[in-house]
Order: sequence, then structure tokens, then C-alpha cells
Amino acid sequence: MNTLAKYLRWDTVVGVLLIAVFLAGSGTTEGFADTANLSAALNDTAEIALIALPMTLLVVAGQVDLSVASMLGLSSALAGSLWEAGWSFELIVPICLLVGALGGLLNGWLVTRVGLPSLAVTIGTLTLYRGLASVVLGDKAIADFPEAYAQWATYTQTVPGTFVPYPIALFAVLAVVTAVVLHCTAFGRSLYAIGAQEDAAYFAGIRVKRLKLVLFVLAGFVASFAGIVYTLRYGSARADNGLGLELVVIASVLLGGVDFDGGKGTLGGAVAGVLLIGLLNNLLTLNDVSNEIQVIVTGLLLVASVLTPRVVTSVSERRQRRAATAAPATA
Amino acid sequence: MNQPDSGPAPVLALTDISKSFGAVRALQDVSLHLYPGEAHALAGENGAGKSTLIKTLAGVHRPDAGQVLLDGEPVVFNGPADARDAGIAVIYQEPTLFPDLSIAENIFMGRQPRTSLGRIDRRAVHGATAALMTRLGVDLDPERLARGLSIADQQIVEIAKALSFDARVLIMDEPTAALTGSETARLFSVVRTLREGGAAVLFISHRLEEIFELCQRVTTLRDGRWVASELLGGLTEDDLVRRMVGRDLDELYPKQATTVGGTALSVRRLTREGVFRDVSFEVREGEIVALAGLVGAGRSEVVQAVFGVDKADAGEVHVGGERLRAGSPTAAMAAGVALVPEDRRQRGLVMEASIERNIGLTGLDRLGSGGLVRRALERGRATDWAVKLQLKYNRLSDAVGVLSGGNQQKVVLAKWLATDPAVLIVDEPTRGIDVGTKAEVHRLLSSLAAEGLAVLMVSSDLPEVLGMADRVLVMHEGRLVAELPRAEATEETVMAAATGRLAGEGAAA
Repeated sequence: MNTLAKYLRWDTVVGVLLIAVFLAGSGTTEGFADTANLSAALNDTAEIALIALPMTLLVVAGQVDLSVASMLGLSSALAGSLWEAGWSFELIVPICLLVGALGGLLNGWLVTRVGLPSLAVTIGTLTLYRGLASVVLGDKAIADFPEAYAQWATYTQTVPGTFVPYPIALFAVLAVVTAVVLHCTAFGRSLYAIGAQEDAAYFAGIRVKRLKLVLFVLAGFVASFAGIVYTLRYGSARADNGLGLELVVIASVLLGGVDFDGGKGTLGGAVAGVLLIGLLNNLLTLNDVSNEIQVIVTGLLLVASVLTPRVVTSVSERRQRRAATAAPATA
Repeated sequence: MNQPDSGPAPVLALTDISKSFGAVRALQDVSLHLYPGEAHALAGENGAGKSTLIKTLAGVHRPDAGQVLLDGEPVVFNGPADARDAGIAVIYQEPTLFPDLSIAENIFMGRQPRTSLGRIDRRAVHGATAALMTRLGVDLDPERLARGLSIADQQIVEIAKALSFDARVLIMDEPTAALTGSETARLFSVVRTLREGGAAVLFISHRLEEIFELCQRVTTLRDGRWVASELLGGLTEDDLVRRMVGRDLDELYPKQATTVGGTALSVRRLTREGVFRDVSFEVREGEIVALAGLVGAGRSEVVQAVFGVDKADAGEVHVGGERLRAGSPTAAMAAGVALVPEDRRQRGLVMEASIERNIGLTGLDRLGSGGLVRRALERGRATDWAVKLQLKYNRLSDAVGVLSGGNQQKVVLAKWLATDPAVLIVDEPTRGIDVGTKAEVHRLLSSLAAEGLAVLMVSSDLPEVLGMADRVLVMHEGRLVAELPRAEATEETVMAAATGRLAGEGAAA
């Protein structure tokens, strides 16, 4: 009787929705299915997609990092400021990544050693890192980054023989690695246990604090890398780059069926969530739908993603109950 | 299955009730008659259908067949509210009160008396609550917040709430599982007061002596079927156990003789400020050592410090001659220590995760190489242990939360035995599990000790302590006050030490 709920796993539903949006877009909107447009649409999600990977791990472990977009901004501002000061870009990148990892370390330290909830900690560092970004660069915008790197990040240059831009190709590789880590390793198993029942994980000898710390460092690291990608893609380093992006990342992950309470969800679902929001926004833009409406659509999808699994469960339960009362003698 | 009875008419009755969940028949042709002024025990192992029966009475489940009769009239409860309005109140093992509201506010939640201006009449709420407490003969301040109340006090609040609804039928689902002796005594006196007032009481407990102490009549279920309804007067505990398990329990405490080997675990002057002090003892290979004492004496805290989930302030733990790093469960596990914690649902298991994942959780590094987890190995490990411990389950991919308490405990044991420990610490290993599984757990511990495992068992179940242990350590208020060899351990000597009436140390082993 519960087959409906069993086969309708939410991450599968998002995958199906993704295909539906793609087919609908190809059928109705001219230019949507063109490789150039798809390259652009994909590349537009590059930073969100990259950050969604560590974010999925965090949410599965029952944590969240709201400071990622601020870290993206800080990384971008730092890159701009150092570039202006004449540093070589090859040196700037590792410095930004180091700063990202340190920012993540601070988040993780506050969560695991001081024992604060991650939501509270990262609301604080969200403001802190954005503030630091402004201190580093002020309200300047730095441009003219080296052509070779800028080219790497744009959608017009793709992996030969495909329509996949390089940042997305990198994302794809990282996504596979993350999926293996989450679903096939002791590390991943431990994250699910921590998210579902932290005490039980700790009592089973899992190093809960250390794993959480690793996740936050990872999130800061990837967010700072996304800051570099963002800077190169737009050719502009600004302190307010990626403002509010953390919410899109978290929305995508939740839309993909990762439970905000921790312990549930798949990386495939999260990736499908990212792509769904990306494609949908692209499709709406092509159809001259205003940005405000796009935000509303994303919001509705998110609400639906939270509601639908519950509705499905309660409907199948009710049906089960009715079947049981209708045929009492056939036990 | 009709009951000829010449006494008063039953206030609430179930006749030939059946209820299935999918393919599982939880209840089959079960009848139950509750009489006013009588305490009626519901006995049966876990999974016998007691919970389903209660939920049927409480209006949570609707029976597939059979009738619910209230004062002889058939009724249909469409939800818990219907049952409550019919005068049926259920007190669960762990009540759920609003922690930040006062006792009085909790009792009258949603139906507070109003003043003429429509505001809540605090004085009336307070007065009514005080009157309820007087009726129950307990001393609880109506203005006190529910937060911080003991479970026993919370149950009293729930009973007061039931009284305020003029409940005529009080159903108590294992209310004593988490209570101390004196709390249980107070609860029983409250129940007797209610019973004398004409209420019908349905009482569920795994402790047979409590059933005999409190109840007049007992209905026994086995595998969802009705076995017997009878007066308790002419029965013995053995009779009741036989009805519950359907066979003679040859031995509830099958203690095997073992040869005691070298020291496996040595605890030296272990101290956690304000919790326990200067605790030293040894457990040797092949030995079962019980840690007895009253609730709150610091027994669980000691074993948690030994395992490292709590960090001791001073003292040392040695396993197999090696000193353990303090405060590291990972190090303790590597040294061969396993801890089956008291709180199965929070600490023993990840409830929403599957059986195989739970069993695999303690050996993630052994289920593959290079950090990878191979599902075949994970499943193999779970299958092996499920067979060894005779786990009753549907599929290994089912969440452990759907298993009965006894089977959940087997999963916890499995996940720790799978680590091949040298020292097994079990904290209240049979709390809240049925008689049949209890005997299985005892047999398991006994045979493990016979194979050379060192077992340290915290237990509040005195017959279990006396029946299973080679040596009994007794704690009182954070200190180890006695060490009794098996021959000298009796109910009297252990209780004397546990309550602090024994000065000095017992015989040293």
C-alpha cells in the first residue's frame, strides 16, 4: 500500500521535474535548447553548484553554513585588492583559498569547541566576512584580470567537443567525488549518523566534532574558490559580489530533498535541485519574466518540495486506513 | 471468549477486537473488560499487542473488527478527543507537558476558566489545581513550571489532568519504568485513591511484582491473541510468565560457570567532580561484574567515563594493561571496550537509520578499504549478528525504530559485539524489554563471559544483579561502598550498601 510513497522519493521527483522543464523549454522557447544558451545557463549556476556540494554534506550532518556567500565576497575582494597591488594571480588564488579555509575553521571552531548552533554562528560570520570584504576593497570594483584565467571561466569557452564550460566541468568532477564520499565511505556514513542522532553517533565512537570541523573548513574553502570563479566570470572584483547567494544555495539543496533536520538526502538530489533552479531561471529569463517573478517561482518550488513528501505520506496512510476499514474480514 | 461475571457491569469493554497493519496482525479477537473500582493489569511480552490495544482504547487506532463498548453501548472513537470526552485518559511512560507553563496551566490548557472580561481566571485555575492535588494526596505547587519536574511528578500532573476531565477509565502504559521505588509507591497510592473513587484502571508493567501489588485482575496477551483474563488472587508470578511466553521459562538467569582469567579492565581512583569520587575496581576475563546502586548513585556516569564519552577529572582506566586516553570513546573502542548505553533511543541507536547501518556504525573502518564502505560487507555483518542474536525483523533495510524494544536492544548488542570487544559494558541491558528477550540477553551475556569476555553490568534490577553477577559492586552517592562476591550478595546486603546503611567496605575479592 505504501508503494506510492516508496517510489516517489523526492530526489527522483526533482530529477523528473528537471527533465520536464528541459523538454518544456525546448518545445516552447526558441533558443533554449541551443548549446550556447545551455552553456550560459549552466555557467550561471557555477558558484551555487560548487558551494552546494559542501553545503549538502553540512545539511546531511544537521549543520548549515550561512556565511558562504560572504566568504565568496571576501575572497573576491581580496583577489581584487591583491591584484591591484600588483601580486601575481598564481599567488593570489592560494592566498584566497587559505583565507577561505581559515574562515571555515573559525565557523567550525565556534560550533564544535564553543558549542554554539551553526545557524547562530554563521549568521554572525555572514556579517563579519562581508564586513571584512568591505574593509579590504571598500566600494571599488577591480577589473582587468589575466585574459587566460578570465577565458577559463566564461561560458563561451567549453570543454572541446561539448557545451560544458570549464567551471561546470570541474563541478561535475567534484560532484562525483562528493557523491562517492557521501554515499560510499565511512566518512559519509558518519555524517548521516551525526545528522540523524548526534548522541548515538558519538556513543558509537564517531569523532563528531572533528568531522564537523572538517565540513566547515571545506565549505569555507569551496566558497572562496567560488569567489575566484565569480570574479573571473564577471571580470569584476567587488566586496558585495554574491550578496544573498547563500539562500539560493540552501534553497537548491533543500529542493533536492536534503532534510534540513539532517540525516536524510542524497547528493544527486541536491545537484538536481541546483540544475532545476538554474534551468528554470534561464527559461523564465528567455521568456522575459521579471526577476521578481523568478524569485517567487523559486520560493513556491521550495515550499512544494517541503510539502509534497508529507502530503504523499499522509494520503497513502489515509488510503491504507480506508482500505483496512472497508475490508475488515479479509485479514 | 465471553466472560461470565456476576459483578458490576464493565464501564469499558473491548469485544473480539482485531487490528492489522499491512500484513501484520497486531490484535486478533481480543476481549477486555474494565470494571469500575478495579485495577486491571495487561500482561504480555513486547510485541504481544499491548500498545495496539491501548491505542484502540485511546481512540488512536480504529479496530478492523470487533466493538468498543462504553457502559454496554457500542461506540466508535474517531480520534483521541472522542475517547477523552468519553472519560478515558491515557498516561504514557514519558508524559509530554509544556515545559514553560506552570502545572496549573498545563492541566487546564485550552479550557482555562475565564473572568467576566474574557481573561483567564488565574485564581480559579490555581484553586482548581490545588483541589486536584489534594484529592490525589500529593504536594505539588500549582504555580511551579513543568520544566524540571521529575518524570514521576509529570505523571501526577497528567493524572490530575485526567481527573479534571472526570476520567472514569485511566490507562497507564508502563508508568513505573523510569521511577524510583518511593516514586512508584506514591504513584500506587494515588492509583488506589482513584480506584476507591470508582475509576477503572488499566495498568501495564513489565515488573510482575508491581502487577501483583497493584491489580486485582489480569488479562494476558501473546502474539496479538487473548490468552486469559482472570483474577490475580490465585496466581503466582510463574503462572503469569507461563501465560505470557507460552512455555516454562526454564531459567530467567542462566548463569554459566566460568573460569576467571587475567585482569581485563582496571579502573583506578576515577573521579568526576560532583558526580563520583575515587572509584577503583577491576573486571577480569570471564567475569560478570554488576554495578548496583540506587538511581542517581553515579553508576552510568562511571561507565561513561570508563568508555570516554564523559571525561574524568582524575584517575586512570587500563584495558589489557594499556592506559586509555581519557575522554576518547574512539580510543576506548580501539582498546576493545564496548558500551551498550542505557538510553537506547537517543544514544544506542540512530532510530531512523536501518538495522544494517546501525550494526555497521561501530565498524565503518572495517567494512572496506581506503575509507570506502562496501555494502556487501555491511549487510554480511548485519546478517551474521541478526542470526546469532535471533533478531526478529522483516528486512535489514528497515529502520530500527519499527522494531520492538527487545529487538532494538538486540541491535545495540549486535553493533557492539560485532566490534569483538574484550570488555563489554552494559548499562541497564534489559530495561523495558519483555521477559522472553530478557532471558535471551541473560543467556547471551552468560555465554559471552564463559568465552572469556569481561562483562561490566549496570543494573537497577536486583534479581538480575543477583542472578547474573560473579561479583557485585555497590555505589552510594558517587562512591563505591561495597564489593560483594556472588556468595555474599543478597537482596539485603546489596540494598543495605546501596542505601548507605553499610559502613565501610565489604569483603574484598
